[in-house]
Amino acid sequence: MSSIISVSNLSKVYDGGFRALNDISLDIKSGEILALLGPNGAGKTTLISVICGIVNASAGSVTVDGYDIVKDYRITRSMIGLVPQELTLSMFVSVWDTICFSRGLFGKKPNPLYLEQLLKDLSLWDKKDNDILTLSGGMKRRVLIAKALSHEPSILFLDEPTAGVDVELRKDMWVLVEKLRQTGVTIILTTHYIEEAEEIADRVGVINEGELIVVDDKEALKHKLGKRQMMIELEQTIESIPESLWTWSLELSGNGSRLTYTYDSYSEHTGIAELLRAVDKSGLLLKDVNTSQSSLEDIFIGLVKVNNEGSA
Amino acid sequence: MNTQAVKVIYKYEMLRAWNTILQSFASPVISTILYFVVFGSAIGSRIESVEGISYGAFIVPGLIMLALLTQSVSNASFGIYFPRFTGTMYETLSAPISFIEIVLGYVGAAATKSFIIGLIILVTAGFFVELKIAHPIWMLSFLILTCISFSLLGFIIGLWAESFEQLQLIPLLVITPLVFLGGSFYTIDMLPPAWQTVSLFNPVVYLVSGFRWSFYEVSDVSVELSLLMVLLFSVICLSIVWWMFKTGYRLKR
Repeated sequence: MSSIISVSNLSKVYDGGFRALNDISLDIKSGEILALLGPNGAGKTTLISVICGIVNASAGSVTVDGYDIVKDYRITRSMIGLVPQELTLSMFVSVWDTICFSRGLFGKKPNPLYLEQLLKDLSLWDKKDNDILTLSGGMKRRVLIAKALSHEPSILFLDEPTAGVDVELRKDMWVLVEKLRQTGVTIILTTHYIEEAEEIADRVGVINEGELIVVDDKEALKHKLGKRQMMIELEQTIESIPESLWTWSLELSGNGSRLTYTYDSYSEHTGIAELLRAVDKSGLLLKDVNTSQSSLEDIFIGLVKVNNEGSA
Repeated sequence: MNTQAVKVIYKYEMLRAWNTILQSFASPVISTILYFVVFGSAIGSRIESVEGISYGAFIVPGLIMLALLTQSVSNASFGIYFPRFTGTMYETLSAPISFIEIVLGYVGAAATKSFIIGLIILVTAGFFVELKIAHPIWMLSFLILTCISFSLLGFIIGLWAESFEQLQLIPLLVITPLVFLGGSFYTIDMLPPAWQTVSLFNPVVYLVSGFRWSFYEVSDVSVELSLLMVLLFSVICLSIVWWMFKTGYRLKR
């Protein structure tokens, strides 16, 4: 897949000296779903805002489909739809009027058929004449998505689209994102919910303190940074790990009744069979054996922790 | 040129005025009628004519200017401040639209609203005094140029303001005194010589003078100078707006 967005050495320092982005370089592939993870204040929204033209960059450049976002802003912005984090809507206009406004703002001629279908897809059609003020929070979130899609963008930024929405709407949103991807729309979403990234993203980027720590395919990331653990539950409790088991760097926990072995599940030689034989030989009695795979959340927490320790 | 964007902004702003029709149109008209009753009839009946024109008729251009200036500033400043306040400005900033198109949409709508108010007041004045418009084309030109230039000023205030208090500050502390001291209710030669000189630094003097000339062919300064000052004021305002969008002043962080 070719790059649709190229971010090169992008930095943003706000008035007052706060460095929100620090020399970020990133290529976003056409048609992919990229999830940007990071704690509050990491720089995710600033990165999106710079690409969309809401915030001026301090250094670096961004191209969208080969066009510079400053010089060729008309071309780049017409390709982008943005769903902001906050529920920023004019409250005293109808759903229909606000999406017609958004479409016109992006230079598109009226297309009632397209907008009707869009509202139907977002379960908003029966609310089209309602003032936005009268809608629930979830419905307002859908209106923001409808506004962002009203001009048929090929790139969609979703800034924490499921923050504060119920489980049903979140699942609906995931379905919508998948449908959009199938039509060729490139989607970049920021989220706090690791399971969201795990569920729908192709690639995951982790931002912390304005720096892009890692960006990779979701599976590759889990492969590279994910660890597998085997928990050996013992019949008896022990005070220390027998010398014959030291080779495996085990951890003793559960008041001396659990041995934990951490290994790379993708390596050719995991050492599991030898370990189990050695445990048996050492006279320890096995009660149970469990294994677990580290999730994206474990990887995310680990990465941010390492990054914070490195910068401290 | 993103004409669709200009069209939707203009339409949206006009719709807002229509939804608040009492506040947008009726309120300034009622205020002006009260001025006619107080200054034109009650006090005006005891004042001799000015430059051979009855006082009631003499203040008509000034009253129209008073309403036009305050309404232009208020409409345009509120129009652009409100999306900044609610956060919906993100949409305009992320749209493929230039500063001039944003100005055309917002300032165009604010100027249109003021123009309509000006015409309504003019017609209303006809019920109170005998009106004579010597130069209708000049009158319309001054009307339109004033609406545009002061809507541009209001637009700047709306971009600059960071609270509703600041939004009211300039109209209350600057615009209203300038209008009242700008010859709306008198000619500047009625003032002591020193104050006549001070008045020449008031841009409203040129507007009122030029506008009054188009009605009665009497003016404090030449009509060409009035026109030049209005144009100059518009160019200065437009340049400031251009700079604000170029630098992202109080728009982009």
